[in-house]
Amino acid sequence: MSVDRAFYNAAERNRFGLLEILFWLCPIAAFFLFPTSLSFATHVLIMALFAMSLGLILSFAGIVTLGHAAFFGLGAYVTALLSLAGYQEPITATFLGGAAAAVLALVIGPLLLRLTGLPLMMVTLALGAVMFEAANKLGWLTGGENGLGDLRYQPVFGIFRWSIYGQTAYFYTLAWLFVLFLLTRSLVASPFGLALQGIRENPLRMNLIGAPVTGHLVRVYTISAFIAGIAGALSAQATGFVGLDVLSVDLSINALVMLVLGGVGNIYGGLVGGALYIVLRNLASDWNPYHWMFVIGAFLVVVVLLGQNGVIGIVERLTSLISGQRKETSP
Amino acid sequence: MDYLVSSLTFIAIYGVSYGMVIFLISIGLVITMGLMRVINLAHGAFAAIGGYLCTALVSSYKLNFYLAVVVATLSVAVLSLIVERGIYRQIYRKSELDQVLLTIGLAFITVASLNFLFGPNVVPSQLPATLSGTVELLGRDVQMYRLFVVAVGLAVVVALWAIFNWTMFGAGLRAAVDNPSMAQAAGIDVSRLFTLAFALGSGLAALGGAVGYGMLPLEPLYPFKYLIIIMIVVALSGFGNMRSAAAISIAVGVVDTAGRYFFPTYGAFIIYVFVILYLLAQIEGSPLRRKS
Repeated sequence: MSVDRAFYNAAERNRFGLLEILFWLCPIAAFFLFPTSLSFATHVLIMALFAMSLGLILSFAGIVTLGHAAFFGLGAYVTALLSLAGYQEPITATFLGGAAAAVLALVIGPLLLRLTGLPLMMVTLALGAVMFEAANKLGWLTGGENGLGDLRYQPVFGIFRWSIYGQTAYFYTLAWLFVLFLLTRSLVASPFGLALQGIRENPLRMNLIGAPVTGHLVRVYTISAFIAGIAGALSAQATGFVGLDVLSVDLSINALVMLVLGGVGNIYGGLVGGALYIVLRNLASDWNPYHWMFVIGAFLVVVVLLGQNGVIGIVERLTSLISGQRKETSP
Repeated sequence: MDYLVSSLTFIAIYGVSYGMVIFLISIGLVITMGLMRVINLAHGAFAAIGGYLCTALVSSYKLNFYLAVVVATLSVAVLSLIVERGIYRQIYRKSELDQVLLTIGLAFITVASLNFLFGPNVVPSQLPATLSGTVELLGRDVQMYRLFVVAVGLAVVVALWAIFNWTMFGAGLRAAVDNPSMAQAAGIDVSRLFTLAFALGSGLAALGGAVGYGMLPLEPLYPFKYLIIIMIVVALSGFGNMRSAAAISIAVGVVDTAGRYFFPTYGAFIIYVFVILYLLAQIEGSPLRRKS
């Protein structure tokens, strides 16, 4: 895993750069450039948020999980069920979806996060499979294979109505994304974030210097689950529908692919990768889905064999070439 | 009473034969993970390739099924030699994440290629007619096929046991699983040993894929569909431990079959719950970490 220049300097990381400001202008520009495909654009934002939540634990705490969709799906179902039960205030419903996912993470985290490597992947994979099967079998609650449709929500702040053109959904999602991004960004630069990176590099040594390793991991896992749950809740609200695919193993693996496409080790990795993955996939939507799978598979093999760090790695290399600075070799 | 005996016979035969297929497919991964600690999520791909090759040989080239199984097993073993030398070799020293990504990538490529070559649907069975007959056993009609699978599985277990315990290859393998650098220092070519073990494991997976058709039907998504069950066996067996891999595969097969038999609706859960509880129970002083 590559280490970026700001690794030892939290302050450097906390400054907003020009690239970052430009980056956040993109979704606003997209609103004016593609006014007819806003529901698709909302989907892009949601997947970017989900990939970012995975990036928080994978890039910064080194937790490799194959079951992150469990939180996404739980958030989606909780919000959907709240709506069907008559609770239709969107912001608190989204928050409750995230909170439900966070509670799940808080309950399973203390046990789960003592595992590492293959056993951890196995347990997360199995938990994801259990959640999927549970949702499949509990048809009276989740609608089974038919899913829960026709979800309705009140206008945001009582003013902005949910329309079929999706303007409200788009800005509503973008607002959540930006707020949670700021949270993640400051979290990563905080002493807590640095402690997490210490655990990623060497848990034993962190233990020896007195850091509560499992406690830290549970905390970041819970925060990540909260964000993933929010992403799920937003997908339920934006589409008005929740199906079994929100809990599928595919979604967990796709999140991993998105993160790698963007670049591991940077909070923008998930955002860039998630957006890029969904856009590329849409462009290739005429293809046979298996051909898309081939492209992604080949991409993963090439990335690992060449040791490239996704799109972010390439951009970093280009900017350091342009500015004439040589990127320091990792310490 | 009759009902109980016949149910138990059913569970024993179906569970054990299912367990045998799982064993064939996962033993290679148990060995290679024990040797190199590489997380190989593409192992199921070798089983799928073996199965597809076998059915293709029977349907297109009218080869005898049993001969096709042998040809498929050997071909996949040779193919895996190339893949190991060409690709896997690069990732032994990389991070877990890199290993996961590369092997998922390989599995994706396999799935896409199988779809391209054979289409997206489940391929029709090419099991010979002689295996679809039934024999009566303890008040229950049992498919010949199930007995055939159990026989193949037992033969492989015995052969592997003999190789492990009585040959120099097996002795070297056991030494290298326990301590690769010490084995290397004692003059064992661990790298070559690993390539051979990898080929053996992939060949057995292909065998499992070919004879396991009746339980695990072949479709392009095969490598992912049965990934969880393979990984369960690997995670529970501990690194490179063949004896426990055999016992665990059969236990998993029997528990899964019994769960689905007695609780048709929720049976699929039982094995997952069992695995999660087992793994979590092992946190302190885990056998998974004992040797690392």
